[in-house]
Amino acid sequence: MRDVAIVSYSQTPYVRSERVRNEVEMLMPVIDAVVEQSGIARREIGFTCSGSTDYLAGQSFSFVMAVDAVGAWPPIKESHVEMDGAWALYEAWVKIQCGEVDSALAFSFGRSSMGETAETLALQTDPYTVAPLCPDTISMAALQARVGLDKGLFSERDMAEVAARCRRAAKDNPEAQLKGDFDVDKLLAEPYLVSPLRKHDCPPISDGAAAIVIAAGDLAKQVSKKPVWIRGIDHRLDSHQLGSRDLSLSPSTELAGKKAGVAQGPIDFAELHAPFSHQELILRRALGLADDVLVNPSGGPLAANPIMSAGLARIGEASRRIAAGKGQRAVAHATSGPCLQQNLVCVLEG
Amino acid sequence: MSEEQEPVTRIITPVKVDYEYTPGVTSERFLLGLKQGKLLGAACDECGRVYIPPRGACPRCAVPTSKIRELAHKGTIITLTIVRVPSDNIDVELPYCAASILLDGADISMTGLIQECPFEEVRIGMRVEAVWKPEAEWDPAHR
Amino acid sequence: MAEHAAVVGIGQTKYDAKRLDVSQPGLVREAAIRALEDAGLEWKDIDAVVIGKAPDMFEGVMMPELFLAEALGGVGKPMLRVHTAGSVGGSTAIVAASLVQAGIHERVLTVSYEKQSESNAMWALSIKMPFAVAMVAGAGGFFAPLIRGYMQRSGAPEDTGIRVALKDRQNALKNQYAHLQMPDISFDMIANSPMLWDPIRYLETCPSSDGACAMVIADAKHTKASGRPAAWIHATNMKTEPTLFAGRDQVMPQAGLDCSAELYKKAGIQNPRAEIDCAEIYVPFSWFEPMWMENLHFAPINEGWKMTYEGATAIDGDMPVNMSGGVLSSNAIGASGMIRFAEAAMQVRGQAGEHQIEGAKKALGHAYGGGSQYFSMWIVGDQPL
Repeated sequence: MRDVAIVSYSQTPYVRSERVRNEVEMLMPVIDAVVEQSGIARREIGFTCSGSTDYLAGQSFSFVMAVDAVGAWPPIKESHVEMDGAWALYEAWVKIQCGEVDSALAFSFGRSSMGETAETLALQTDPYTVAPLCPDTISMAALQARVGLDKGLFSERDMAEVAARCRRAAKDNPEAQLKGDFDVDKLLAEPYLVSPLRKHDCPPISDGAAAIVIAAGDLAKQVSKKPVWIRGIDHRLDSHQLGSRDLSLSPSTELAGKKAGVAQGPIDFAELHAPFSHQELILRRALGLADDVLVNPSGGPLAANPIMSAGLARIGEASRRIAAGKGQRAVAHATSGPCLQQNLVCVLEG
Repeated sequence: MSEEQEPVTRIITPVKVDYEYTPGVTSERFLLGLKQGKLLGAACDECGRVYIPPRGACPRCAVPTSKIRELAHKGTIITLTIVRVPSDNIDVELPYCAASILLDGADISMTGLIQECPFEEVRIGMRVEAVWKPEAEWDPAHR
Repeated sequence: MAEHAAVVGIGQTKYDAKRLDVSQPGLVREAAIRALEDAGLEWKDIDAVVIGKAPDMFEGVMMPELFLAEALGGVGKPMLRVHTAGSVGGSTAIVAASLVQAGIHERVLTVSYEKQSESNAMWALSIKMPFAVAMVAGAGGFFAPLIRGYMQRSGAPEDTGIRVALKDRQNALKNQYAHLQMPDISFDMIANSPMLWDPIRYLETCPSSDGACAMVIADAKHTKASGRPAAWIHATNMKTEPTLFAGRDQVMPQAGLDCSAELYKKAGIQNPRAEIDCAEIYVPFSWFEPMWMENLHFAPINEGWKMTYEGATAIDGDMPVNMSGGVLSSNAIGASGMIRFAEAAMQVRGQAGEHQIEGAKKALGHAYGGGSQYFSMWIVGDQPL
């Protein structure tokens, strides 16, 4: 395998609703910044891959317009995944591994505010037997939380503590959306939204975009003073049938974590794509993180959940923190599908 | 199964999702221009090429097109088609002629209907002028 | 240096307007199982799955690969979902190939599909957007003006498109999987079919099909050990340009010209028309054959129509194109690009049956999408490069 490093990361400040700019206008400054910071000329970037979904944008072929923001003239080598940007980064990493290119741009975007996200995501389920029941995301996550609570793996207080900690951490992140000091006892006194989930257990609705530039060994060292090395990256899938899974576990995360080599060294912190508070607790276990490992110092998805970018943002935020010298080895994670169905794990080192 | 049954080959599950679209900063200027009977293009901040309708970026340069340019209502047909197929999202009576028109002063063509002359007379290179609907119908947001 | 990779298994479904006998999982599984059988492999032998399809609104399911996890044996494995508009079938195969070429996986299953009968494709393509008045509908409305532009600049005879359609519809009769089977097809029948989007006639357009195509791509070690014929991947390439920008030549897009030129260079090809034995290219409307002949450097600019006219692209011509009947005969949109790639591989593996080009050693698979702006291509050969 070739050594590959993240050389720059950029994102929009995450907001509840981007009502003024369209997707292209939202993306341009992010891509400008990530290319500028990479130290690689736009024309020299070997490959570009984006991640997005038509169901957020409310139109078919919505990723096509994003090409306008990239500068695809003269024509570029480019691809797109109908997945979170973390998988766009994976495809870009594969291209570098092929030896075909030495650098790549991965980006993603989405505006959850345009539609009703929880209902839209119900369209991810089996169209014949499940989707007609319209199981919204929050209800499916609630089923998962209930299993974990009943098995005694965590308590509602543990979940509230996750939410409070994430939103406290987000106070240090100028680009996070939902932040502040919350008292756990007060949170627990709030009524249920969808039992056993309370409002604080759920992510905000966010609009935004994120972009990463990666480069192979020598180029990365040449253009960056602080390249952040991708030491392992792997992704795995679980069954789609909620009834056939033990929802309190995440075997695909566990397997991806093993393949990515999480346990091959100490972990200083983790950025986990856990949109619901209890999912952080499930992921922690699946990744075998020690109790003292700092999770989501950026605030994580409970502070800003730009769907399609939230996974890529975890990798980006982790790389930023390492580049800033606040940790040497970290794990970043992205998820997709109902109740953590698909998971990507990435091990980063300074 | 004890009884012979017809296999289920189809079920209908209606999907309804509502969206609120945002035209974007530059497109909004164009739409507001239409309300005033103006054709507003936008010039690329870098190469100066004029886009109409502007979509927010000059894709050549990947920079915004922030300089608004009012364009003439005259142009030249670049290419055309006669449409004879109905579509749910089109309210024009069939058949009709849709043409790509390069407005004077623009660097990209826009689509327009050619309704004021017989199809056989429409050709590439022909000069055309915009014919506006009655002012009361100028509302691009609700057409 | 990248690892060698080869296609060792291919599976296609029967393409049809409505495959009411199968669900979406049933459809993709039909192609996948045939590809595995062709490769002599089982589900457990597959390291990863790469799936592609065109817009999710075609079936009304968001990111349907998630619910297809079990049907494609994806549980516990990596699964990627590619979407690059009409070129997606080709791009998906390229992503699958790159996983092997990078040395990440040894055997990868790649599948593309569309089941348009489960939703309303015209609806998915023609959502009423506020603040934009639609004047042309669907792909035909978009591409008809480009075809007229090509006719104007090349001076091609007006019946060129009819000749392409006749050839492809006759070729389809030699392909058991082809959707449209028209044994009594004739020049006059096409010429007299209704004009839809002038100059595109009804019988010069592709159908709307349900279907899936799958391939197994393996590394050199497994390919050699299998003892079966292989289609070695000599080169792959993808290129994109924006849909609309000032000065864009939509008729002869630069992305296509660049993509094929780079592809030939990678594959060590100097004279594509002489060195490539046959090609499966993405022709959804008949006129795109002559246009792409030029874009693929098989003919000088404005002379692509001569290849069609002189019969060079016929199954017995010197540069056979779309021996399978092409997209004009089967168009399961998301799969259409992969079918081109798979049909090219079938030719060099000598398994194309009635539409086999005798002794084909090198073949081109080509797909494009969006507003003639996404291109994906590969060259496969009967021997490693």
